[in-house]
Amino acid sequence: MKEVVRQCSLVVRKELLHLWRGKARLVATGAFAFANLVVFSFAGGLHGEAMRTNAAGFLWVGILLASTLALGESFRVEVQNQALEAMVLLPVHPAAIFYGKAIGNFVLLSLVGAVMVPCSIVLFDAVPVGGLGRLFLTIPFGAAAISAPGTMHAALSCRARSRDVLLPLLLFPLVVPGLVAAVQATQLCFLGDAMGEYGSWLTVLAAYCVVQWGLGGLLFSHIVEE
Amino acid sequence: MAPPAIATAGAGRRFIGRWAVRGVTLAVPQGAFLLVYGPNGAGKTTLLRLMGSALAPNEGTVSLFGGEAAPARSRVALLTHADGHYDELSGRENLEQAKALGGLRGSVDEVLVRVGLHLRARDPVRQYSAGMRKRLAFARLLLKEPELALFDEPYAALDEEGHTVVDALFQELHARGTTVVVSTHQVARVSALCTHHAELCAGQLVAFGPGAPARSRQGVRAAGSLGEPSAEGP
Repeated sequence: MKEVVRQCSLVVRKELLHLWRGKARLVATGAFAFANLVVFSFAGGLHGEAMRTNAAGFLWVGILLASTLALGESFRVEVQNQALEAMVLLPVHPAAIFYGKAIGNFVLLSLVGAVMVPCSIVLFDAVPVGGLGRLFLTIPFGAAAISAPGTMHAALSCRARSRDVLLPLLLFPLVVPGLVAAVQATQLCFLGDAMGEYGSWLTVLAAYCVVQWGLGGLLFSHIVEE
Repeated sequence: MAPPAIATAGAGRRFIGRWAVRGVTLAVPQGAFLLVYGPNGAGKTTLLRLMGSALAPNEGTVSLFGGEAAPARSRVALLTHADGHYDELSGRENLEQAKALGGLRGSVDEVLVRVGLHLRARDPVRQYSAGMRKRLAFARLLLKEPELALFDEPYAALDEEGHTVVDALFQELHARGTTVVVSTHQVARVSALCTHHAELCAGQLVAFGPGAPARSRQGVRAAGSLGEPSAEGP
């Protein structure tokens, strides 16, 4: 267990170093998420109230669509020179690889989500009732709900010829429960939480994250071991 | 008596309905130098990947050092066509990462000098030529100090100086008692070190035995014909 944690921390370090060196991935993901929000803001018309009501949904769908870019790219670098296989043969424990890569993706999506919050406020005129604190608490939970199953399915589809299509096809249905909980919690941040439901939705989101992160660690070895 | 470094029994691997190798049975003693040869598409790379536990067989078994293949990975190093590097990291960072992740014993500085990359160690790998990438892959293998080292086309992409480095490396590994498996078309280059040979053709092991391959037989097989298994066969 101690060895897995040690290896995981080294994989995280490698992921962050790679993210920093190849900033294009971060910029592309952020730019794609922002473009989605802009398109939604135009597609939603100019009805201020409707835009505000749906701002949480637009924000999370924008992040989810952009996440496919980031997740796909994170495994493209692994299969390009068979670096993933080299790691497995070192040998690095598959769970350490999964958690290391998932944490790397989580950091990236959290950053993108944090930048998209002020963009949403401006584009959808959705000033959070009661401040930004809860909103910035929801973002990492939502990012975690996408990054764990996303890492899993990016690994699953990375060797396929049609991986760019396969990843969203596999991922989107799976993240629906997490997405619903993230949207509901975010909506309560934007519109106010008169009934005190925020905690319940955040608990649902956290439970979804626990299941997905747990399953990923258990199943990842079946994906990397041919 | 020490168990063989590699023992396969009817090992086969299939890709999308086609058998790349099938029915391979051999035993390579520890400390041996095995040359694997055969025409293009004979299944040499697949056999080496099976022996290196990068692939699991679809039928038969592959065991390393008398046990299952996967748990022996810390004792095995496999060098294939793909180098396993991260392009955005420098050569040194790639090696340091491998050393830390695998808990490897070797010295990064030492292996960089050994393969002649110490002056370019801080450059990102994306700026390396194919030969330099190959040298870096050798450096990572040396860092691991394996008991079983498998090389798939080790001379490919290297210049004459690189060939000399590889020759010296083979001699050193063999002298150290490391079991070495080399798949190459440059049979003459390694035949002096060779203690065993295995010939593959169309996914079948057609010859396996001690010593270097007989030159005449090599000539016939290189043309791609599937002849009778040799008398030394399994």
